[in-house]
Amino acid sequence: MRYLLGFRDRGAAAGLAREIAAAVVPRRRYHLMEFCGGHTHAIFRYGVQDLLPANIELVHGPGCPVCVLAVPRLDAAIELAALPGAILVSYGDMLRVPASRRRSLLKARAQGADVRIATSALDTLDIAAAHPQRPVIFFAIGFETTTPATAHLIREAGRRGLENLSVFCNHVVTPAAIAAILDEPRVREWGRARVDGFIGPSHVSAIIGSRPYEHFAREYQRPVVIAGFEPLDVLQSILMLVRQINEGRACVENQFTRGVTSAGNTKAQALVADVLELRPRFAWRGLGELPYSGLRIKPHYGAFDAERRYPIAEHATVENAACQCPAIIRGVKKPTDCAIFGTACTPRDPIGACMVSAEGACAAHYKYRRAAQPAPA
Amino acid sequence: MCLAVPVRVVALLEGDWAEAEIGGIRSRVSTALVDEVAAGDYLIVHAGFAITRLDVAEAEITLALFARIGAQHKAGDGAAPAGAGGVDALPAGFS
Repeated sequence: MRYLLGFRDRGAAAGLAREIAAAVVPRRRYHLMEFCGGHTHAIFRYGVQDLLPANIELVHGPGCPVCVLAVPRLDAAIELAALPGAILVSYGDMLRVPASRRRSLLKARAQGADVRIATSALDTLDIAAAHPQRPVIFFAIGFETTTPATAHLIREAGRRGLENLSVFCNHVVTPAAIAAILDEPRVREWGRARVDGFIGPSHVSAIIGSRPYEHFAREYQRPVVIAGFEPLDVLQSILMLVRQINEGRACVENQFTRGVTSAGNTKAQALVADVLELRPRFAWRGLGELPYSGLRIKPHYGAFDAERRYPIAEHATVENAACQCPAIIRGVKKPTDCAIFGTACTPRDPIGACMVSAEGACAAHYKYRRAAQPAPA
Repeated sequence: MCLAVPVRVVALLEGDWAEAEIGGIRSRVSTALVDEVAAGDYLIVHAGFAITRLDVAEAEITLALFARIGAQHKAGDGAAPAGAGGVDALPAGFS
């Protein structure tokens, strides 16, 4: 537990908070975006914002794969679960996410579909082996942290000759989403994109390394600090960002040295490159269609691709017009700027992308901060 | 979704599997993504897969830095951090 609890030490947190307070330039404002839902969760759970001086504002980005999965893809998963005899295997996070027409995988299961929760992608192998006559479909979602597991599952299915197993691939890549936030033309209408620096993903970067962020730091002149998910990691990373901004630097720095190298996990990268390839376009909930932002299964593993094996129709869906998620995940608005936050849109009955999982900005704000907010008039 | 925990390898199992432990809880993790795992190694595990080795030497360097910052704070002039009422005002969850 040393390598977990050691990064939650109370005295060091207070010390880091004091160093940050001493480092900030009082007349300057610091808008720091954490990309990852894991950071969003840690920031709210440990009250990190309350430890910071008033001129540092933490902006919560789009980095929760559950939140950004486009509704038509979730609708398609529900349709796959309804195929005759099918078993749909999913990570538990996806079950309560609302699809169109108020459906969800949980409701589909209640209505008789065989939807099973996996804690590892490899659980799908045993399910497929136990039911050779039934189609077994793994609902693959996630950023780079989770993608290698799916690639390994597909290879293992091939090795074991599990012909009834297929994968509905919805994996997305982080750098494309960061570029979308920085390039978004509507940000000019909404106001300045309030991002002076990025708290970079920890476990995504364990796979892809710190190198892919160098482009952003250089091209957009924004510092990036790869940060661990524990509260002291986040505080130290904020201090590193403040120092870079003060000095006018825009570099990639690595706070999470215990898990991230410059090159990342090259074995996992090679595995993903063998099995998966970029799609020219992929739609994100809240961000819209982004070029080269999603992955699909390569033709030589096509036998395991649910999109090739089963008819999957993607029906366009319309997001609730009052929902401010697109502006929130780009750092232009806050959850409390949204008229339906905490009223029509709650974690029990979510409407927008940021409310659908505990790592979304709105859900985290609702859970941890609502008590501190004045009651809505 | 991308949450992961540091675990210690207790024993290697057949194939690309290991038995790992954290806080007395043991689980079976896939080591397919990490080469040359040995008993006693620390791994960072996400959704049943070790995604990388935990670099113990680097972890100790970071912990030593935090210990120094914590000690300096304790021995310091008692000024509270901005926006907080000092160590006692930190939210629950800190150890």
